[in-house]
Amino acid sequence: MRAAFERRRHLVDFAVGSLARHPTKNLGLVVTYALVVFLVGSVMLYGSAIRREAAAMLSSGPEITAQAMVMGRHDMSTSADVAALKGLRGVRRIEPRLWGYLWDSAGAANYTLMVPPPSDAAHAVGKGEAIVGEGVARARKLKPGAMLFLVSPSGKFLKTRVKSILSSDSALVSSDLVLVEEADFRAFFELPADVWTDVAITVTNPREVTTVAEKAALKLPRHRFVTRADMSRTAEALFSWREGLTLALLAGALVAFAILAFDKASGLSAEERREIGILKAIGWETGDVIALKLVEGGLVSGVAFLVGVIGAWAHVRFFAAGLFAPVLEGWSTLYPRFPLAPSIDALEIATLAALTVAPFTAAILVPVWRTATADPDAVMR
Amino acid sequence: MTARRTSRSPRGSTLAAIAVGSLVSLAVGLFAAASNDDPQPRRVRAAELVAALALSDVALFGEARYTRNPSLADLHSAFQDGPASLEHFPTGSLVAAPRAFPAGRLEAGKE
Repeated sequence: MRAAFERRRHLVDFAVGSLARHPTKNLGLVVTYALVVFLVGSVMLYGSAIRREAAAMLSSGPEITAQAMVMGRHDMSTSADVAALKGLRGVRRIEPRLWGYLWDSAGAANYTLMVPPPSDAAHAVGKGEAIVGEGVARARKLKPGAMLFLVSPSGKFLKTRVKSILSSDSALVSSDLVLVEEADFRAFFELPADVWTDVAITVTNPREVTTVAEKAALKLPRHRFVTRADMSRTAEALFSWREGLTLALLAGALVAFAILAFDKASGLSAEERREIGILKAIGWETGDVIALKLVEGGLVSGVAFLVGVIGAWAHVRFFAAGLFAPVLEGWSTLYPRFPLAPSIDALEIATLAALTVAPFTAAILVPVWRTATADPDAVMR
Repeated sequence: MTARRTSRSPRGSTLAAIAVGSLVSLAVGLFAAASNDDPQPRRVRAAELVAALALSDVALFGEARYTRNPSLADLHSAFQDGPASLEHFPTGSLVAAPRAFPAGRLEAGKE
C-alpha cells in the first residue's frame, strides 16, 4: 500500500519537475485554460443564479392573469369583464390591475406606472404621491420627499412627491416601478373609469389553476389567460436563450482552446519525444509514460479549473458579473442593481468540466499514446 | 544527490499539494465570507412585494414591452415598437426590417 503510494508520489514529483522545465509555456497554458473556464463558468453561474432569483420571486405572483385581446394585440379589460369573473367557483380573489408603460425622456428610460391594489395597505399612495423603484430613484436621483415630474405622451403633466423608495431587495421585480394613486393614473393616461389593464386572479386550490382558467375562458372568450407556470416557463426560456446565445458565442473560444491544447500535445517537441524514448529505454512501461503525461495534464487541468471556477464564482457573487454588464443590460437604463447568489451545483460543475477538461484531456492523450507505444529507438532518432 | 536536493527544496508532489490545497482553501474562504449574507430573507421580502402588488415578470430588460413583460406582451408581434427597433428574438437577426418604411412621427409632424 505504502509502496504504491510512494510510487504515485514519485510520479507526481517527476511530472512537476517536467512541467517546471518549461515554465513559460506551461504557465501560459494554465492562464489560457483558466480564462476559458472563467468565461464559460461566469456565463453558466450567472444564468443559473438569475433563473433561481426570478423563480423564487415570481413564485408568489398572480396565479392567473386575464388579458383582453383584440386582433392579436393587448386591449383593456372592462368592469363588465371583471364582474363576469366574480362568482366563479375556485376563485379566491379577483384584482383588476392598472399599469402601463411610460417613456420618460428626462431619465431616458421606460417606467412601469402602476396603481397599487386597494388590498395592499403597505404601499398605499395618496393623491400627488408616488412610491418609486430602486432603478427610477437612481436614474432620476430621487430621495423620499423629492418631487417627481412625469409627462404623458399627450403632454399631460403629473407632479408627485416621492413617498418612499422600494427596497433594493426586490429590485429584480420592482426596479422600474412608479406607484401612483388611481385617480392620478387615470387622469395622466386619460383613461375612463371602468377600464383596467388586466385582471389578476388568485385561486383557492393551486391544483385547480388550469380548471379555473378554462372556466374563466368560457366566460371571457376574448381574453387570454396566462398562468404563473406560463410566466415561469417564459422567464426560464428567456434566460436560457440568452445564456445559450452567450455560450454559443464562446464556443469559438472553446474550439480555439482545444486547438491550442492539441497543438501543444501533438507537436511534442524533439526533446519531449527523446525524453519519452529514454524513459522507455530504461524500462518504463507504456502505461507508466501515459500515466506520467496524464498526471502532468491533470495538474495543469486541476489548477486551471480551480482558478477559473473560483474566479467565475467571485465574478458573479461579488461583482454581479460586471464584465458582461454591457451585453446583459442591453438598452435597459434601469437595469436593477442587486446581489446575485450563485450556488455551486454538481451538475453545472460537471458540465463545465465536460466542456473544458474533456477536450484538453483528449487532446493530450492521443499524441502521447502514439509516441509512447512507438519503438524507443525510433522515437529517439 | 537526490537526497541532498530534497533536503534543500520541497518535493514536487508537496508543491502540487500546497498549490491545490491553497486554491481549495481560498474557495472555502470565499464561500464562507459570502455565506454571511443569506439570500433567503431578501428573496422572501421580494416575494411578499410580488404578492402584494400582483407583479408579473422580472424588471431586467425595460427597453420594450416584450422584454419587460415577455409573458404578457402582444404575442411577440414582430417590430412592434418601430420598424427599425432591435428584435430580441432569434428570428430578429434573420428577418430584416423593411427598408422603405414610412418616415414616422417626427417627419410627419413637419408637413
